[in-house]
Parts: sequence; structure tokens; C-alpha cells
Amino acid sequence: MVEILELLVTGFAVAFQPQNLMLVIVGCTVGLFIGAMPGLGSVNGVAILLPLTFLVPPTGAVIFLAAIYYGAMYGGAISSVMLGIPGASTAVATTFDGRPLAKQGLADKALTAAAVASFVGGTISVVLFTFFAPPLAHVALVFGAPEEFALMMLAFATFIGLGGDDLYKTVFSICIGLVLSAVGLDIISGEPRLIFGNITGFLHGINFLVLAIGIYGIGEMLWTIEEHRKAGGQSMMSKATVTVKRTIGNLKEITRTWKTLLMGSTLGYFVGILPAAGATPGSLMAYGVAKQISKNPEKFGKGALDGVAAPESANNAASTGSMLPMLTLGIPGSPTTAILLGGMVIWGLEPGPRLFVDHQDFVWGLIASLYAANLFAVIINIAFIPLIIWVLKLPFTILAPLIFVLCLIGGYAPTQDLHDVWLMLLFGIVGYLMRKLDYPLAPAVLAIVLGPLAEPALRQSLLISGGKFDIFFTRPYSGPIMVTAIILLLLPAIKPLVRRLRKRG
Amino acid sequence: MTVRIAELAMAILMGVFSLYLMYKSAELPIGWIPDEGPGGGAWPFWLSVLMLLSCIGVLVNWVRRKGPVAVSEETYIEKGVLVDVGLVALALIITVGLFKFVGVYVALPLFLIFYMRFLGNHSWKLTIFFAIAIPIVTFFFFDIALRIILPKGITEPLFYPLYKMFL
Repeated sequence: MVEILELLVTGFAVAFQPQNLMLVIVGCTVGLFIGAMPGLGSVNGVAILLPLTFLVPPTGAVIFLAAIYYGAMYGGAISSVMLGIPGASTAVATTFDGRPLAKQGLADKALTAAAVASFVGGTISVVLFTFFAPPLAHVALVFGAPEEFALMMLAFATFIGLGGDDLYKTVFSICIGLVLSAVGLDIISGEPRLIFGNITGFLHGINFLVLAIGIYGIGEMLWTIEEHRKAGGQSMMSKATVTVKRTIGNLKEITRTWKTLLMGSTLGYFVGILPAAGATPGSLMAYGVAKQISKNPEKFGKGALDGVAAPESANNAASTGSMLPMLTLGIPGSPTTAILLGGMVIWGLEPGPRLFVDHQDFVWGLIASLYAANLFAVIINIAFIPLIIWVLKLPFTILAPLIFVLCLIGGYAPTQDLHDVWLMLLFGIVGYLMRKLDYPLAPAVLAIVLGPLAEPALRQSLLISGGKFDIFFTRPYSGPIMVTAIILLLLPAIKPLVRRLRKRG
Repeated sequence: MTVRIAELAMAILMGVFSLYLMYKSAELPIGWIPDEGPGGGAWPFWLSVLMLLSCIGVLVNWVRRKGPVAVSEETYIEKGVLVDVGLVALALIITVGLFKFVGVYVALPLFLIFYMRFLGNHSWKLTIFFAIAIPIVTFFFFDIALRIILPKGITEPLFYPLYKMFL
């Protein structure tokens, strides 16, 4: 306990270095704008901007990206309230009550509530994170190859069991991500494999950013172009009256939702830890629970302040929660943390529990910067509400080409090979076409990050056991993890069975 | 083309791709090598098998008309969307194609001008501003600060003095 606090203090020393503090502030601001743009969320921001972080050392880079992550969570609420279009999928539940409030001329109240809720959610979850992470990392230190592989199976199994997308399409998405990560040189034998058409560009493998920017940059933008066309290019922007006096009144009213805030934060945090779940289901669940425990549930959907507080506290808490397995176990809890994890590899860090031992500056600097990011995000958010609303009015045909330019250069930066830019375009266009057919793509991004870690873990485990798969079930940690994974895998098969049994009575 | 037909086409296409991946993976040993563990091709091979099986699963659902996509008779890509998205996709392809020959600093301004002026109908003033400002920012950030030298094609010699000044 005391030790954790001491480490946290050293973390603050890192986070409050002028350069890192600047990165937090810039990151929060950039994240706010990205989150506020309809269609773009934290994952898009982090994927598109990751190549920019090659400029600073790893600690600064991760602080910058984590700040974007946080900022985007705050920003998502803004277009939900002002336009009625969620800024990101994580802010869908915020439209339910935020939009009605805006229509009643109370947009400022909804926005302030969202900001405060995000702050509370973020802070509570970071405190939980601070005290959960070190013990978990400590346990994970004894993990060997079989445990690592079992954990990854668990991550994929949650997508299949809890993801809610088409079962076959989810499996397909995971497998294609893993296969794409296998392109290049076989790490154990050193032989080239999956060199399509003998093109030399495949020899260095497919960088995860090529797929991530392809899907979350190019593909997402193509998708947004289509959405814009369907919306007719016109959307109704609500008016927001922001004065200091009103803001103070709003703040007072928001404190009354403290029960909801507390519930949303805790729920969001624990849902966020699960790989497939994350912020979107977390915020929807929090909204549902808030409605159930509310004294006047009939007000929900018509502009209840609790209806804004619950999802907004939950989605911020979930984003912190998803960092817990990423940092301690090396297993990302969301697509955004998957990209952060991939970034760590690029910056030369080996993800996993050893981080807590070997790179204390990095880990605690990041944790401390989360506290700072939260504080700055809420200040910037409340202070710049009018400015962000102005940016929302910027025509899409100015923003879109700028984002495309960033994507094209971002695809080139990691490997400096034009071959990868072509691949990125291909992934973007094919990803867009697949998304139209309800193929989930987040599992593929997670898989291409985890692939280079999963394969050696599997092969080493099998080498230890002489080819017997029972090694995953007989060891004290990997056994229960693997069994949980298998139960989750079987969940889609069990569900219809249970339903059928119930029907028979 | 309806969504239902597109679903069939995509599943078949991806199924064929899975077969190709299986064939490619099998170029390396996919069986057990004594003292070495599974061969280098085993991991991608069995994953490709899983891919193929899931494509078959999608096809089975298609035949049984299960799921919203498999029964949808809506148009897969409407004409208007095809024009909007297609034009942007085409512009991107041409831009990347130009990277190699005339370089990033000719291709990007052209892309920006095309998008802002012709797709966005913005004024020439605004368009030219971005077409000049963005490449300058890009050059100083990527080429100079990050030392990631972006492709310049035949324009490379023009940059020698700039390299000398800043690098």
C-alpha cells in the first residue's frame, strides 16, 4: 500500500515533467475534438495519430495517446448532445437523454453533466486501477508460455461469447487477423512464409498499424462518407447557452446524481476489463441499471440527468478498466488498448507483467498521467464547449481530406515502405465492404497485435509438453483461465439450447 | 446487387482466399518436427482451416436465410454512395500511385485540391491554403523532425537544399 503510493509519487514526477504535461494537455485537446467528430472515436484517434509519437520517448508517447483516449471519451458526448449523432459508439447511450435535454434548450446542462460524469468515472476508475494493477502484475510474473496463451484464448473467447456479433464472422475476423500477423519470417525457423506473389514487401511482415489505420482510418472515413450522404449532409445543431452562472447552477444539480455516478463508474470499470466488452456495452449497461434503480424511471429518455451521468461515467471508467489487462498481462481490453499495446512493441518495450518491474517509470508515469489527463480533460472540456461546437460545424469535406492525408502518411511511417501504404488502402476498402455485411473488425485488429505473441506462446508450450495440449489444463493458473475461455467459446452454442429447453417448459 | 447476394459473394471470395492461405502456409512444414515442435506453417495453416470453416458457416446461414444480412433485399451499395465513396477511393488509389513517381509533395496537394475544391465545393482561396499549408507542416514534422523521409520520386533533387538546411 505504502509502496504503491510511493511509486505513484514517482509517477507524478514523471507525468509533471514539462514535456509530458504538455503532451497530456495537447493529447486531451486533440482527443476532445476527435471524439466530438461524428464517426471518429478514441480508437480512430489513437490509430491515426500513433505514428506522430515516434518523435518522443515511449513514456511521452503513451502519455500522449492515453490522453487522446481520455479526451475522446469526453468528446464523444458532445456530438451526442448537440447533433443527436453519437461522436463514437461509446457515446450512443448518451444520446438517449442528452439529446432530449438539448431539445429543451438545456444543452449546456447535458454537456456539463457529461463532463463531470466523465471526470468522476475517470477518477474513480484510476484509483481502482492504481490499487488493482500492481498485485495483478505481481501474480502474472510467474506466468509462463502456457498461461500467456491461455490468456489470449480468453481474450478471443470473450469476443465470441460476449461480442454479440455473428459467430462465424467473429471467428473469421479473429483468424484473419492472426494469419496476417504470421506473414513474414517465421520467428522460430527464420524461414519466409506467406510471401504472396513473392512480393518482397511481405518479408518484413504486416505491421499492425497498416491494418489498424486501414480499418479505423480509411475504412471508417469511407463509412462516414456514406453516412453523411444518407443524412443528406444536413443535421440539426442544437443551441447551447453557456454562462458562468448557468454552469455553476448545473454543477450543483449534477452533484445530486452522485449515486448514479458511483454505480456507473464501478460498473464501467469492471466491464471495461473484459476484452470484448469495453466502453460501449459498459455505458449501455450503466444506463439500464440507472433506470432500474431510479425513483422516477419514467423520466429516462425524456431528459433525465441521471441518464447522461450513468453512461458517461461508465464509458470513461471502462476506458481505464481496459488498460488494466493491457498493462499488467499484456492482453488488451479494447481495440484502443490493442493499438496502445502494439505501440509499446514499436517503442521497444515488451508488454506484460515485467513492465512493472523493468520499466517502473513508464508504468507509473502512465498511471499518474491518467490522473492528470482526467483533470485537464474536464477543465478543457468545460472551458472550450463553445469552441468544440464551432469545430463541429466545420464542413466534413475539409476534415475528411486532412484525415486521409494523415492516414496515408501514417501508413508509410512505421516501415517506410510504399508497399504497406497499398496494403493499408486495400484493408481499408475491403474492411469497408465487409463492415457493410456486419463483419466485426475489432477482433481482427486485436488479433494482429496479439498474433506475434500468441504463436510463440503456443509453440513453446507445445514444445515443453512434447505436443500434448493438456499442458494448458494441468497448470494452476492456465487451467482455470482455459476452462473459462472454453465456456465462453461454447456460450453461443449453449444459448439457443437453453432457449429451446425453456420453451419446452 | 442486393445485400443478400453480396453476402454470398463475400463468403465465397473469403472462402477461396482461405484455401489459398492454406496452400501458401503448407509451403512450410505444417506437421510436428521432433525436438522443434510444430512446423512453421502449422499455425497459419490451422487458422486458415478455421477461416474456411467459418466461411462455410456463413454460407450455411445464407442458405437457411438466417440473420439480417442473409435475408436483406436492400441494395448493397446505392448508386449515390457508390459515386461518393468510389470517387474518394479512386482518388486515394491515384494519390498513392503518384507517390512513387512524382512524390508525396506533388500528390498530396493534388488530392487536397481535388477533395476540397471538386468534392467539397470550397473556395479556391481556402483550397489553395490547405494545399500549401498541409505539405509544409508534413515536411517539417515527418521529414525533418521524425527523419522519416517520405517518397519524393522525380522531385527528390528539389529537396536537396532543404535537407542541407534542416537535416
